[in-house]
Amino acid sequence: MLTCKQASQLISQSLDRPLSWTDRIKLRFHLFICDACTRFNQQLKQLRIAVQTLKRYIENDSAIQLPIEAKARIVNNVSGSESNQH
Amino acid sequence: MANVNDWLNEHGDYLYRFALARLRDPHQAEDAVQETMLAAIKNNSFEGGSTARTWLTGILKHKIIDIQRKQIREQPISDILDLDASDTSMDDFFDETGHWLDRPQEWDMPENALEQKQFLATLSKCLDKLPSKLAALFMMRDVHEIDNENICKELEITATNAWVMLYRARMGLRKCLEMNWITR
Repeated sequence: MLTCKQASQLISQSLDRPLSWTDRIKLRFHLFICDACTRFNQQLKQLRIAVQTLKRYIENDSAIQLPIEAKARIVNNVSGSESNQH
Repeated sequence: MANVNDWLNEHGDYLYRFALARLRDPHQAEDAVQETMLAAIKNNSFEGGSTARTWLTGILKHKIIDIQRKQIREQPISDILDLDASDTSMDDFFDETGHWLDRPQEWDMPENALEQKQFLATLSKCLDKLPSKLAALFMMRDVHEIDNENICKELEITATNAWVMLYRARMGLRKCLEMNWITR
């Protein structure tokens, strides 16, 4: 029998690797009887979707621009490094 | 130099946002764009096949990973794993018999644009609260979507170390969200 602590570790790992057959069975059984871990499982999925949404939100936010000063610094640093090479 | 100017004028904002979405830090995002420009002029391998933007984004992806790797490697992995004093200690989550101390609640997920914005702001704050190395690893895995095998290769850590760190990052984030977002 898995404890909730062990089950939560397997739930997290299932996002990073395929679980072994025995781990899958043990986890499925635990989730069948445990509401808390079932919600945790759901939360980790929601969390992953949420961070992906946040990523797209920033990528598409036209209010976020490369600051003019940053652009100037980059042009300056890149041209400096090029003249060093020659 | 004309190239760098053109690239920044046409794609600078896009590249900056792409980097910011993965690194979350404006200085690091600027560094990533700069490193991309340096690499781009150094080996001007751009061929007509793809667009300049696709080509530059491809370079940027690697530069982002370089920065994340440096950030995580600054500190020995053993120190990162030994974070028991910090707020992601597992003792905060389970009792000695392995039961939840605070049972996870059902989250009231955002249903409209305004709620979505508030939810993402909360998530953003929670990401900022994570220990920076855990956050960087979490971003590599769940945001930049680099698979575990490549993460282990990049960081020279074992798969077990990666699972433990990702577990801690996710536990910390979900706890933070649960405390700061409405539960049903």
